[in-house]
Amino acid sequence: MNNQYYISAHCSISNNLVSYNNEVVFEGAEQDIAGFLLSVYQHLGIKYPKFYKMDNLAKLGWLATEVLLKDFDKTKYQPTDIGVVLTNAGSSLDADKRYYDSVQDIASPALFVYTLPNIVIGEICIRHHFKGENAFYIFERFNADFISSYVSVLLEPGQLQACICGWVEMTATGYKAVLFLIEKEGATPFTTENINKIYSTANG
Amino acid sequence: MKKVFLVADNITSPLGTTTAQNFEHLINDVTGVRQHDDKAMSDELFFASLFEKGYFQTDECWTKFEHLLIASLTEILYGVDKNISDKKTVLIISTTKGNISLLETEEPGPELDARIALHNSAKKIAQHFGFVNEPIVVSHACISGLVAMITGMRLIQSSQYDHVVVAGADVISKFVLSGFQSFQAVSPGLCKPFDADRDGINLGEGAATVILSAERPDGEVIELASGAVSNDANHISGPSRTGEELFYAINKAMDASSLKSEDIDFISAHGTATVYNDEMEAKAVTLAGLQDVPLNSLKGFYGHTLGASGLIEAIISAQSLRQNTIIPTKGFSKQGDANPVNVCSQLISKPLGNCLKIASGFGGCNAAIILTKSQQDIS
Repeated sequence: MNNQYYISAHCSISNNLVSYNNEVVFEGAEQDIAGFLLSVYQHLGIKYPKFYKMDNLAKLGWLATEVLLKDFDKTKYQPTDIGVVLTNAGSSLDADKRYYDSVQDIASPALFVYTLPNIVIGEICIRHHFKGENAFYIFERFNADFISSYVSVLLEPGQLQACICGWVEMTATGYKAVLFLIEKEGATPFTTENINKIYSTANG
Repeated sequence: MKKVFLVADNITSPLGTTTAQNFEHLINDVTGVRQHDDKAMSDELFFASLFEKGYFQTDECWTKFEHLLIASLTEILYGVDKNISDKKTVLIISTTKGNISLLETEEPGPELDARIALHNSAKKIAQHFGFVNEPIVVSHACISGLVAMITGMRLIQSSQYDHVVVAGADVISKFVLSGFQSFQAVSPGLCKPFDADRDGINLGEGAATVILSAERPDGEVIELASGAVSNDANHISGPSRTGEELFYAINKAMDASSLKSEDIDFISAHGTATVYNDEMEAKAVTLAGLQDVPLNSLKGFYGHTLGASGLIEAIISAQSLRQNTIIPTKGFSKQGDANPVNVCSQLISKPLGNCLKIASGFGGCNAAIILTKSQQDIS
């Protein structure tokens, strides 16, 4: 791994705040998680009816990616040149519980499909037409070491040109998304230290 | 590029607790799938491949999912000359739903959430066997097993680790069964992969483990030559209409191992026996120019074992390469019309060198790996 890659943008959503490259771009009023996510969606002013069908984890990852990619010109790359690698600790447990509650009554396929953590990746890929490498990993906490080393392997010559990676966690009472756009040119080197620093200082 | 070898493997399924036992049953056309009447799982009768009740049970120490992983890991690690506590060894766990059946039986609360958490299971198991590095958990729907193997391969190729132990398991309970039933995706009988009259999946339980290593064992070896993952970017619960994205992964894997279509001796398909999955795979295989290559699906023997399926099917494929025997597709009898592929319906014995293993899943994900048999390295 002699090649150097760069963090060309990053986005955080937590504690009712949305940040893009360390700047707060939206602050929600105190409310429940679903209400906050909806207010971010409305703030972005995008019409995407599928958003309403998503579970909270998918909404969170989808919104964070919208903000992350606001200045990204994807036409520079082929769809298969762009990958998505996400991680969290709780998998899809929030959606799992909601689905299982529905089973007592009548099992809902619309809820069941979100009982997989990689569905958030699917939603991001559909929205942005990304077709490259994708993977969802579970760690106890944000594993900067794994993300920086593994995503660097994916960006080696002949592989991806760009990769969205990071952490997206949703529980019944809390949420946190910290996503990075990694490319082959930029100012901030893609290192364990740099992504750790961004993660740990995200929105307080 | 550094080579990656399969140095040991295990399948723990209703068909047996070693790879050899499992392979023997497949040769003899024995399936683990049968009809079950279990009101705790389903009001209706259903077909699935399940462990006998009480064989692996959640107790105070381990969940059923953890017991399955431990059984598979114990069999493989016993007598294998690999230093697990080496800093250059890591454990990867593959699962789709892990401990989720606990939602059905245990009291809700933070303690249950912690017990379900996959990183806790992985950590406990890693400690139990003496792994020193933090384990990696892959949860990527039905391609989890192949993503775990591909991840392990890349970690070795990039010299981050010398040995990677990849273990996968899934348990079938009301949670998963009701979900597939809600999609009208479960067959009322034995599943019929690639058949013109296929009508849905059977689910299955199982665990499997492979040890990947940078160290070449003596004699004839199976190499994990390459692998690739792609996304359809089309629909979260339906496969691509064209198969182009699975084809992309197949093509990428074949390119990376410098193989042409005529070099592939057989294909181990995902073959879930749903109308759309099998059709999409047939399209992708055709796009790759592999429509005449013998292809099988093992779902008629194991059902769909979710996060274990990629591993179980890769291990059977490796055993096929060693034994020069392709396992037939149980449940297949009548060729569908659109995109005919060469579905293997009888045992085939012939010299085998290269296998393509593919899988696809919810979220629009696709994966392909190449397994290659090679003789003693004379260089």
